[in-house]
Amino acid sequence: MKNLVEVKNIHKSYLKVGMNFSGTRIQVLNGVTFDIEEGLCVGLIGESGSGKSALSRLILGLDKPDKGQGTIHIQGQPVRQWIKKNPGKISVVFQDFASSVNPMYTIREAISEPLRASGQRGNIDAKIDELLQKVGLFLDAKDRYIHELSGGQIQRICIARAISTNPKFLVLDEAISSLDVSVQTQILDLLQQLQVEMKMTYLFIAHDLQAVSHLCNKILFLYKGEIVEELHSGQLANVQNHYAKKLLGSVIPFEI
Amino acid sequence: MSNILEVDNLTVTDMRDQDEIVHHISFELKKNSCLGIVGESGSGKSITAKAILGLTNPWLKSEGTVKYFGKNHCTDMLKLDTNSLRVIRGQHICMILQDSMSAFDPLEPIEKQMGETFMENLKVSKIQARNMAVEYLKLMNINDADQVMKKYPHQLSGGMLQRCMIATALAMKPDIIIADEPTTALDSINQREVVGEFQRLRELTGTALIFISHDLGVVQHLSDQLLVMKDGEGVEYGDAKTIFSNPQHEYTRHLIATRLKMSQSFRKAMKSGIGR
Repeated sequence: MKNLVEVKNIHKSYLKVGMNFSGTRIQVLNGVTFDIEEGLCVGLIGESGSGKSALSRLILGLDKPDKGQGTIHIQGQPVRQWIKKNPGKISVVFQDFASSVNPMYTIREAISEPLRASGQRGNIDAKIDELLQKVGLFLDAKDRYIHELSGGQIQRICIARAISTNPKFLVLDEAISSLDVSVQTQILDLLQQLQVEMKMTYLFIAHDLQAVSHLCNKILFLYKGEIVEELHSGQLANVQNHYAKKLLGSVIPFEI
Repeated sequence: MSNILEVDNLTVTDMRDQDEIVHHISFELKKNSCLGIVGESGSGKSITAKAILGLTNPWLKSEGTVKYFGKNHCTDMLKLDTNSLRVIRGQHICMILQDSMSAFDPLEPIEKQMGETFMENLKVSKIQARNMAVEYLKLMNINDADQVMKKYPHQLSGGMLQRCMIATALAMKPDIIIADEPTTALDSINQREVVGEFQRLRELTGTALIFISHDLGVVQHLSDQLLVMKDGEGVEYGDAKTIFSNPQHEYTRHLIATRLKMSQSFRKAMKSGIGR
């Protein structure tokens, strides 16, 4: 299978807050290397502070790695160049759905925003209907305000916005973490179905191992700025790394 | 075994718009047992816990009876005045919150905050309070307790703070601990450890526990009784094992089925691999 995203030996450090004069830097990513194959769903697991969000920002082209320290390529091109040439082909869904959408927007406005921004003209209403149907929301809800909706519904709107530009690659940064367990399952099912329908590639960042192993083909374990383990989600028993082993062993699964 | 808490017909109403948030909840908590409360956000789990302790916002009105059976007396918590409630909250019933970061004062080191609680509630000296803090942190498997106590909340991880909070509650030797989503914000390693601490806590002190969570795995691990809540109503209540194996209400079945779907694929994956 072809690689869509290639991350090579990424280093990233930030200036320590409040210590600008001393110039102390905190190393967040320490030589991260991995590939994301086209059409797969890759899970990224790591505790808070392990560099998950820093990594997702780099992959989205929102931030640059340290000078001369590693490269990120999408389809063989540097990520920022690729994004410029392929607008809307990479999308993101964040954890904090409430602050991802302007609460003063109606559903119609929220979804038409990325459509217009990516240069879509013509019958935008029909496109909105199609997207709402895809994410499983009622068609007559278009004129309701975002703040009237439940968390699961807003997250569906965020997903509709993210897929409105037919992306090739979708980054889901803790996209289900703030949802209730039964809603999580619904959103996971939706993501699974959309991936097949729209032939997307996912990077699924989360800390819930059960959700990750349910959705993803491959799981990466990020620990202290390094990828310490890479596993196929069907073969978790092959785990070698101590940290990943401990993480997997600590899950308290529900059983009958 | 005798009951330590009896909640009967608890109803919480929002006085601003006369909206009933919690409808006629009843349950009992036996000595040295654990009651799990499950339900989704907005189902009234936290409000129920807060209403028991009289910690709800002033515009919420609680009705019904909450009988607490202390050493040699029985009181209705909802009829107590503020001062008597404070005594019960400090020493007899403790609450552990989900967001450990905001439960501690960010401007004071842990030592001062734990010590303050001990001095206020147990009337001990500063040195005694300090020794107690070290002792109970060690009980929570924190080996470098002296170091941890000097730290400010932002210097500690969520799991560590959660343990400090449990240690503080534990030192009060309360009759009941109410834990509101204490493991939700933690990763699986810390979660497993904190759940372990709760089990130890019960074994060591015989404290009764009300454990609120939406993680069925954790609740199943800890609870003897179970209360399932939906939209402010208790839809199912009884023995935890019985409910998990034979749920009666449609909503409970739905909750169990959705969680089972995820945990099953995880368990299957954990068992499979090359060379096994």
